Amino acid sequence: MDWSLDDLARWNDKIEEIAQECGLDYYPQEFEVCDYHDMIGYQSYVGMPSRYPHWSFGKSFEKQNTLYKMGAQGLAYEMVINSDPCLAYLMIDNPLSMQILVMAHVYGHNDFFKNNINFSHTKPEFVLENFKLHADRIRSYIETPSIGYKGVERILDAAHAISFHVDRNQRIVRLSEEEQKSHYYGALNKDRSYWDELKKEETEEEFIPSLSEDLILFLIENSRFLEDWEKDILNIVREETLYFLPQMETKIMNEGWASFWHYTILHKLKLPPSMHVDFIRSHNQVIRPHVGGLNPYHIGFNIMAHLAGKKDMFEYEINPQIFEVRAVDRDVSFLRRFLTRELMEELGLFEYQRNHGKISVSNISDDMKGWKEVRDTLIAQTGTGSIPIIKVKGIAPINNTLQLVHEFDGRELELSYVHKTMQHIGTLWSDFPVKLETNIEGNKVICCYQKGEFTVETDSEF
Amino acid sequence: MAIFKEFSKQKRDRSVADRQRHKELVKDKIKKGISDVIANESIIGQSKDKKIKVPIRGLKEYRFVYGSNKGKGVAQGTGKEQKGQVIQDQSAPQKGKGKGEAGEDAGEDIYETEISLEEAVELMFEDLELPDMDQKKYFQSETEVLRKLVGYQKKGIRARLSKRKTMMNRIKRMKAKGVDSAALKNSDETFPFHNDDLVYRRLQVDVEEHSNAVILCLMDTSGSMDQTKKYLARSFYFMLYTFLQSRYENTEIVFIAHHTEAKEVTEDEFFHKGESGGTKISSAYIKALDIIEDRFNPALWNIYAFHCSDGDNFASDNKAAIEAAEKLTQVCNLFGYGEIKPDMGYSWSTMLDEFKKIQEENFVSLRMRSKESVWPALKKFLNKDRSNTMMD
Repeated sequence: MDWSLDDLARWNDKIEEIAQECGLDYYPQEFEVCDYHDMIGYQSYVGMPSRYPHWSFGKSFEKQNTLYKMGAQGLAYEMVINSDPCLAYLMIDNPLSMQILVMAHVYGHNDFFKNNINFSHTKPEFVLENFKLHADRIRSYIETPSIGYKGVERILDAAHAISFHVDRNQRIVRLSEEEQKSHYYGALNKDRSYWDELKKEETEEEFIPSLSEDLILFLIENSRFLEDWEKDILNIVREETLYFLPQMETKIMNEGWASFWHYTILHKLKLPPSMHVDFIRSHNQVIRPHVGGLNPYHIGFNIMAHLAGKKDMFEYEINPQIFEVRAVDRDVSFLRRFLTRELMEELGLFEYQRNHGKISVSNISDDMKGWKEVRDTLIAQTGTGSIPIIKVKGIAPINNTLQLVHEFDGRELELSYVHKTMQHIGTLWSDFPVKLETNIEGNKVICCYQKGEFTVETDSEF
Repeated sequence: MAIFKEFSKQKRDRSVADRQRHKELVKDKIKKGISDVIANESIIGQSKDKKIKVPIRGLKEYRFVYGSNKGKGVAQGTGKEQKGQVIQDQSAPQKGKGKGEAGEDAGEDIYETEISLEEAVELMFEDLELPDMDQKKYFQSETEVLRKLVGYQKKGIRARLSKRKTMMNRIKRMKAKGVDSAALKNSDETFPFHNDDLVYRRLQVDVEEHSNAVILCLMDTSGSMDQTKKYLARSFYFMLYTFLQSRYENTEIVFIAHHTEAKEVTEDEFFHKGESGGTKISSAYIKALDIIEDRFNPALWNIYAFHCSDGDNFASDNKAAIEAAEKLTQVCNLFGYGEIKPDMGYSWSTMLDEFKKIQEENFVSLRMRSKESVWPALKKFLNKDRSNTMMD
């Protein structure tokens, strides 16, 4: 260990000075020094100092630990919590040059959490307490003799299976069916232009409410046989998902933003040459392209740096536009707006097509027509884009069937997973039938699940 | 001004409980996998040390996900990729999998672990035991257990160190030397343990008395018992036999094979020889009753009888069979009848209906259709909480 806490504090003050000069606006910062064991521990609970017990976190720990010990994977070299004050972990084994880089990087994330609009609902000032309260509540259910560990686990397993099926964009307000109706009727047959006379008059019956993708909330509100504690567990899982979702939706931007700032701040820090070489090496390690994969640090950094503008060989200008971008965008819009053909070529992005184990290049960025395909495919797999959208169609009055629709966009669902996931939904739907419409090999099919029976039928009528 | 929290040397291991639970679930999975593997023919009659491979699938967290067989994605490359270039081709060695199984290999970590047959059986039978074992008064069979404390000795293994006696020896020595323990507390001097202080517990091998138990294995070897049926019956007995051997040290096992006549056979003959002929179930039961009368007095022995047959009995024998079965249930702690009907079609000769007439609590009858149902059948027989139900 070539540093003491005083060293860190001294460098931190310099970093903060530069960060403020550059216009970063962040929450008060707290650093906690920990070793690799703690780090893997935090990592398996997504950084949270307290979280409810569940075996999946134990599994995550085992996996990270094995990978780390086999040397297959290094450790996350930083971890930052979206909280106010912002909490970050520093690895005790890292040398001073690395700690400085991590601290500068952390201020980038901190600023992003505070200013990006997607995080505006996450209540960072209460988040640590909230997670603690959730954990306490779940533990209290475990200690209730009539529920017990297995009872809680059964609901948690099921809730985790559908945890991402909530409203993905909290900035889009979901209207109730009544509100939708009044909007629809309000606009009905108004402002008809001359040519509209030729059209058939719209009638009230044509109103179709838009379907909700908040499956968990629907179950909480409509499952007739769930106990209060079961609903509470669903609520806890839902709230935690809503807290984590913005981080999934801004991974590329957030890492790009933080990497841009650690790079800029460290250049302004005027590090001694020996440390500077270390820093450049670590920086390149972080933002190198992962051939055959996607490195969000690399993509995010390059787009951000491009937007900021180049000053000279080593440094970037700071175009005020980037502050606006970090406030209003999310990955999907960020890529759509700023990922140009030239940048894509520079990043070496290409699109591939999978066909039963055979993978071939289908489009490349160096192509006047194809590059847009590459970009759109990238956008479709970004953030929650990689999670299928499942919407609730309603409840069939006969035998209380829960009807779900998969919003098919060309990507097929994995049927073996559909089976098990629907089994979990069945648990939450008190063993009444659950149906899911989707497309398999060009045919519309309906997957049904009821009491252990899983069937897939081609669609005749739903 | 950031706040820095120093590294705390105090070891926290917050995920330990969740890891424990994860391990338990994985173990459960292995258990389930084992009964499938055990149902495999090749292990019948193998020695206990045979290693078998048990595939373990990592515990999956199921969600709605996109399939991986088809679809497109974006990745970073070197910039030299050409349209149409094949990057990876695993389509050739891919096993032909059905649609239902498609994508089982998607990001899945299946690994195999090798365990010995004995360990496997141990895992499988963890929750099972011979039901309704009575404490019979005489002729207890004996199992050695190291238990009884008979005194103390100067030499021994660490695990048997008697802390109390050792401590007392040290105090005695301290008093003898005139060291003041109160003064010692406040000074830097110590009064360490001496080798002579150490005292170990002396234990004696104790004999734990177990009740006697005898298992009668009755198998139909008539002509109607074809290869599949015999195989099912044998794997049933093989599992039962392995279970008894691993769990109960002094248990007698009697093998009886029957067609129209019954005779007592050796273990090897029982598992490996085939016979043919008609079926008279009563003959086996009467033979069993004879053996019990000769050698195993019900007052002294716990008696368990299991019979596997395809139920293809001479109709004229049914009455005698039921009478004999009733007698058998009276002397046995448990009498189990497993009917083997591998074909799914309608079977018009079955003893199950006949056996419904037997009202005894300790009679269990059930049906085995496939090798997958052998294990549940055995579980049913050895389950403590029995109800006289049939199963498919």
